[in-house]
Amino acid sequence: MIRDEELEELIEVLAVNYGYDYSNYARASLKRRVNRILTIDRFPSYSELLYRVKTNPDYIANIVQALTVNVTEMFRDPLVFKTLREDVIPYLATLPFIRIWHAGCATGEEVYSMAILLEEAGLLDNSLLYATDISPAVIENVRSGIFPIAQMKQYSENYIQSGGTNDFSKYYTAKYDWAKFHERFKQKMIIATHNLVSDRSFNEFQLIICRNVLIYFDKVLQERTLKLFDDSLEKFGFLVLGSKENIRFSQISLRYQQLNNQDKIWRRME
Amino acid sequence: MEKNGIDNPKILIIAGSAGSFSALMLLVEAFTSAKVIYVLVQHRKTNADPILTDLIKGKTNLPVHEVEDKDAILPGHIYIAPANYHLLFESKKTFSLDNSEKINFSRPSFDVTFESAADIFSKDATGILLSGANEDGAIGILKIKKAGGVTLVQDPTEAQVDCMPKKAIDMHAHTHIMQTQEMISYIKKNFD
Repeated sequence: MIRDEELEELIEVLAVNYGYDYSNYARASLKRRVNRILTIDRFPSYSELLYRVKTNPDYIANIVQALTVNVTEMFRDPLVFKTLREDVIPYLATLPFIRIWHAGCATGEEVYSMAILLEEAGLLDNSLLYATDISPAVIENVRSGIFPIAQMKQYSENYIQSGGTNDFSKYYTAKYDWAKFHERFKQKMIIATHNLVSDRSFNEFQLIICRNVLIYFDKVLQERTLKLFDDSLEKFGFLVLGSKENIRFSQISLRYQQLNNQDKIWRRME
Repeated sequence: MEKNGIDNPKILIIAGSAGSFSALMLLVEAFTSAKVIYVLVQHRKTNADPILTDLIKGKTNLPVHEVEDKDAILPGHIYIAPANYHLLFESKKTFSLDNSEKINFSRPSFDVTFESAADIFSKDATGILLSGANEDGAIGILKIKKAGGVTLVQDPTEAQVDCMPKKAIDMHAHTHIMQTQEMISYIKKNFD
């Protein structure tokens, strides 16, 4: 396990040499990520990792991908998607045009889940889904729309629990070990890298979904990110966070109302 | 010797998987100190309901919480790791959560929480490993021992499923091998 001073040194090198600022990331999980890199890329010790980072700019994309947790699934926490179906989509349906931001979307499973919900509500044609992540490598996966076929059984179960009534397999074409989701979903997506630490608000949305991203930030960066979301959300728009995340510590909470007691969905009231 | 107090609270972490429920319930009844942080980590179903939290609330007068991200850590409180997240210590005063890859097919993983406790609380950490069907927890609890903390492993002859305690004992990760009643006496004596 790397020492605290070594972690701080690595954070500084990544910021100063490459512009990736991890200084406001929660240390406990960041430390685990670095240890994981040491194991996976078989560095004998921290010093070799530091040397590679300093001397090989091509290695940085790997580091950024590996420091970011990219664990996600389709219709994860299905009951949240049920609430989106029942309580959020009817509001979106009243709007002439719908803009949704998936901030920190990782490999994109949730973006495709959302696109399916919109299509089932007859709203996909009037929608744009902005899918952003810090890691250029994972963003490519969103663009491909291809996911492991082995996951589809679980995803289909999640989909049904979320209130879906169709045969889930109608949304993709299976080929060997892969499921390719239909092109019409991707056509409604704008896919780009965006760093929540350093990049600004770029549009106004009626729904922002950012689940299990803030847990990797310290309270200072959480507050800054929530402010960024607040600046990017229209009045009466919705903010969706992960099941153990909360806005109650934040200044912005004054303007927001939680939709119900179970779901981490807040509505901007002013 | 350094005294335990506000800045160096003692923390007691209990990890249990298959077959650990009845022992856990007995141990919770021995949680009485306002100066100790109590943490429970269980392997649970992914879409967990709040039943475990409610059952534990029924066994104690101390406040019981299922941890949310960046929750404060307070002595005299009982904290339960939420399903589908690893539970970590950001500092002696703040939890953090992590939904990265499963470890030992588990999230929460006992290894992750024990290792983090060893890192942050070192000798002030006590780890207890109960019955379970896999090998999660052995590596982590060994780190607590190496950091100067105390580790109690359930006697495999008593454990309903002995894989988990056996693995820890094979690795010499235990300070003591104990049956549930001995653990209760130990907690009452050392955490008052």
